Amino acid sequence: MAVALGLALLLTAACGGSGASGDDQRLTVLAAASLTEPFTTLAKRFEADHPGVDVVTSFDSSATLAAQVAAGAPADVVATADPRTMDTMVEADALAGRPETFAHNELALVVPPDNPAGIHAVEDLDRSGVDFVVCAKSAPCGALAAQVLAEHGVTAPPRSYEVDVKAVLTKVVLGEADAGLVYASDVVAAGSKVRQVPLPRSPESSTSYPIAVTTDSKNPDLAKAFVDLVRSSEGRHVLTVAGFTVGADANP
Amino acid sequence: MTQERALRGPRLGRAPAYLLLLGLLGLAFLVVPLLALAGRTPLRGLPERIAQPFVLDALWLSLWTATAAMAISLVVGLPIAWALARLDFRGRSLVRVLVTVPLVLPPVVAGVALLTAFGRSGVIGGPLRELGISIPFTTTAVVIAHTFVALPFLVVSVEGVFRATSREYDEVAAVLGATRGRAFRRVTVPMALPGIAAGLVLGWARSLGEFGATITFAGNYPGVTQTMPLAVYQALQSDPEAALVLSLLMLLVSIGVLALLRERWFGQVVP
Repeated sequence: MAVALGLALLLTAACGGSGASGDDQRLTVLAAASLTEPFTTLAKRFEADHPGVDVVTSFDSSATLAAQVAAGAPADVVATADPRTMDTMVEADALAGRPETFAHNELALVVPPDNPAGIHAVEDLDRSGVDFVVCAKSAPCGALAAQVLAEHGVTAPPRSYEVDVKAVLTKVVLGEADAGLVYASDVVAAGSKVRQVPLPRSPESSTSYPIAVTTDSKNPDLAKAFVDLVRSSEGRHVLTVAGFTVGADANP
Repeated sequence: MTQERALRGPRLGRAPAYLLLLGLLGLAFLVVPLLALAGRTPLRGLPERIAQPFVLDALWLSLWTATAAMAISLVVGLPIAWALARLDFRGRSLVRVLVTVPLVLPPVVAGVALLTAFGRSGVIGGPLRELGISIPFTTTAVVIAHTFVALPFLVVSVEGVFRATSREYDEVAAVLGATRGRAFRRVTVPMALPGIAAGLVLGWARSLGEFGATITFAGNYPGVTQTMPLAVYQALQSDPEAALVLSLLMLLVSIGVLALLRERWFGQVVP
């Protein structure tokens, strides 16, 4: 019995560690995979501006994040790669206040640096023998990709539906795929590891990023402060450098 | 009284309450999530959901790739297990460590390792591509990923059984004129059959649940590389109810197979 009690105490101590120590505050930020670079930078800035605050970031497909938050996963701030995934959280009453758009991203066609399949336009994906990969349709990048491919009459199926945009990028960077549809920001993140093939701009090739504080946030003020940082001129600068478009409607 | 004691064995006293309590806690920890899964699954429209083409494709793909992986594991795994159990050679512990590494490796890392070996620009995949063979994004890649993570299960459990069956039987066979190969085929393997079956089931189950290595190395395309766990993960993003149904289906298949094999193989006791 004493052992069981000891174990129980140990477990509670392990789980409640952050609450017990008092001073340290933790802010959990869930963000779309494409936000990995700018949000990692912004999280560090936030920690520097708020001593004692620990910002925990988690990056995944927006659809996965939406499912997690709707199921009650502990999070303070959530940012997705399209309004559709954000709406599922709105419907689940998981958000405090209305989501605000803070950035835009363009779909981009990338190939390995040596362009083994000789791809020069999106139509080239339709040629036989071209191995290209896209995001799963449930992820925003996959929904965009499906629209853009249909728009350009590409009917050849992709070789794989990757779970998020970073997985698509990885397949191209590793040279396992001849081409992939990612975001403009991923092209910036990958640097010289991929080459971009121009994609005609259209309303279908762009997505907007909403951000919101969750209902369950234990620290809504801190969460709001993080959202403010993302939308501040500093945040806009970080996002722009990372390849995002920060349009006029991102202003309050 | 003495007779009764003899029947029931020596008196060891009552089982300690804390052991029972902790054991029950552990059991509940394992069972509650599975019951919750079964309880939350919407039963209405269950057959229609299961009959969707991508579900049937994924289920069929999972079953046969796991079986193929086990067939390969059996062919190359038995010799490894036999060598580890019966041969004295330098570097045996090193071989055992090498075999065990995929057991402890995070599956995604296993997938990356497979890409560097069998990927289009990989050590083996590169030359193969020159010959016009490309492995990633094919069902072959799924079988390779499954074999990589499940083979160690077979080797480890079969080595244990080979060790448990005494080397003396091999020696008797040798005295009776059997070659070592014949002793392996006619004595060692038949005696270890239940253990081999157990190893196969373990490895098969590991294959069935394989996710990380498969999605990293083989990709995710319905009917080609999308196994059940990948289908569950993708369904979870768009249709959580469908994901629940798929999960329940996998649970039932796993339980069904375990029960079936238990009847056929685990029921036999080594004389």
